[in-house]
Amino acid sequence: MNTTTTSQFQPNARGYYGEFGGAFIPEMLYPNVEELREQYLQILADPAFQAEYQQLLRDYVGRPTPLFEAKRLSARYNTRIYLKREDLCHTGAHKVNNTVGQILLAKRLGKTRIIAETGAGQHGVATATVCALMGMECIVYMGKTDTERQKPNVERMRLLGAKVVAVTSGSQTLKDATNEAIRDWISNPVDTHYIIGSVVGPHPYPDLVARLQSVISEEMRKQLLEKVGRELPDYVVACVGGGSNAAGAFYHFLDEPSVQLVAVEAAGHGIHSGHSAATSVLGTPGIIHGSRTLLMQDEHGQITEPYSISAGLDYPGIGPLHAYLGASGRARFISIKDEDALTAVAECSRLEGIIPALETAHALAALGQLGAGPDDVVVINLSGRGDKDLETYMKYADKLK
Amino acid sequence: MPNRIQEAFAKKGQNLLNVYFTAGYPKLHDTIPLIEALTEAGADLIEIGMPFSDPLADGPVIQQSSSVALANGMNLYVLFDQLKEVRAKVPDTPLLLMGYLNPIMQFGMEKFCQAAAEAGVDGLILPDLPLVEYEQEYQSIFKKYNLQPVFLITPQTAPQRIQHMDTLTDAFLYLVSGPGTTGGANTQAEGVQEAYFERIAGMNLRNPRLIGFGIGDKASFKRAASHAHGAIIGSAFIRALEDAPDAPAAAKQFVSSILH
Repeated sequence: MNTTTTSQFQPNARGYYGEFGGAFIPEMLYPNVEELREQYLQILADPAFQAEYQQLLRDYVGRPTPLFEAKRLSARYNTRIYLKREDLCHTGAHKVNNTVGQILLAKRLGKTRIIAETGAGQHGVATATVCALMGMECIVYMGKTDTERQKPNVERMRLLGAKVVAVTSGSQTLKDATNEAIRDWISNPVDTHYIIGSVVGPHPYPDLVARLQSVISEEMRKQLLEKVGRELPDYVVACVGGGSNAAGAFYHFLDEPSVQLVAVEAAGHGIHSGHSAATSVLGTPGIIHGSRTLLMQDEHGQITEPYSISAGLDYPGIGPLHAYLGASGRARFISIKDEDALTAVAECSRLEGIIPALETAHALAALGQLGAGPDDVVVINLSGRGDKDLETYMKYADKLK
Repeated sequence: MPNRIQEAFAKKGQNLLNVYFTAGYPKLHDTIPLIEALTEAGADLIEIGMPFSDPLADGPVIQQSSSVALANGMNLYVLFDQLKEVRAKVPDTPLLLMGYLNPIMQFGMEKFCQAAAEAGVDGLILPDLPLVEYEQEYQSIFKKYNLQPVFLITPQTAPQRIQHMDTLTDAFLYLVSGPGTTGGANTQAEGVQEAYFERIAGMNLRNPRLIGFGIGDKASFKRAASHAHGAIIGSAFIRALEDAPDAPAAAKQFVSSILH
């Protein structure tokens, strides 16, 4: 995990990446966010914190996750494809890297109650898991629509002892779950820590979550050195909703210009279909959930309802780091339609024996658009496994043949 | 330079009633008739909500009124067009615009302040505009158009931060009654809340104080006003408008129920 701040891709003192970031929060949240801002770097750098965090990553999460050479996918795309197996983390996705770190942080801040928002349920499950581990009260906000399309995760959270609140405001998806979690935090300012699941929200959250997820790219570099004899791949590819798995996969390559960073968004029914979550194309600068970033909105600044087949990508913004990576040209954005993500699910399942999450499938579907050559090394962050999406996969069984 | 907000406090001194409603609610063209009715009925200040799709500091009642107002077609262009005639009808009532930053940013902050000033708006309440952003980016624009910022204070706001806010405005300080969003039940033990109000009252601040959040009837208004210069009512008024066949009549009745 990186604890220095020298790169242009680190936020400045006010939490800005270029013109994106900041902390646009009501006064009711100021003491909480300020306490976190003042303390997070110090806590993360504390050797006792690091020892506990690294031990849990190893013995509880199951790190390091393998870097797997996907030979049949490589043959199909005529390039060298490696899959970073975050799907093998405990709870089935990369999300737990962050929740393990934040629960330790919350304990050190003296908090006794944990709240979280979740879209696909992966972050909710990861939060419920670490709360069970630490014996902390856990409340997870989830859009009602998402509780219906991601039922197994709702049941898992309940089994782990979390209270799942189905949010009925707005579009009843991730954006609204986040609004409700923030309102809970406003109502419980003293004892509660809000574990944000992505690189979004007011400073310092985007940086905090990126640092906790940076273990992904840290491991990639070591593993690439062992497997291909060089630390730097030619491409790193990851899907982006808010962008936590992409931030973790990109982190240790941000200052390596030879590495092409590829962020893959959900185009839904098509970028300009009116049913899309392709923020990098459709978004304009605005403020959502406490930070200035790219945001899908109308001409009057009202936030637009996004759409994606994947609950985890169904978000009208992206993290401010990603907005900056896009604006500065450091990362390339690709948008993938629902049907192409489903095709990628079938392809990865049949060719590699790995059923990916719907979110991850968007990254896999971008393989054909990279332009990678036979000698290029492509690392795809396989952010999560597809068990939670089986119901959706069964619904679209004809497209998965 | 004295402003309408200062004059209102100078004239009355205590028990000032500030009423919030969402522009464009319940009907698109209710904005001006409601301002007139509230003034006639005795409201001392009026807070006009600019509807936003994702109002973080507000509870379900105000969020719902915002959704209705947006569906009615309310936006900043429509609102400023409506407010053009407001000063001819209510020359003295202090008017404040309350809302979130994103719609204002899309409209343009300077253009927004200019339009607000031209309409005769006196102050702005923007809960998600942080103090540091205000000072570094927007203070000079607010000053240019003689618009007073209103800052929120909570039980957790540090004393030196309150002192600092007090130097940045010539309007009033908005004491959030306790943890929660607008329209929530007041769950704090009464003694705890009063100790907080009295602590702020004892700070010898330049600006008067109004207490808001969770104030909804005559009793809670009186109680709050006894610890400050007055109080702010929002959600309870929105609820009173909800099914009213005649919004201005409902507004008069509501204000009367609080004051008499």
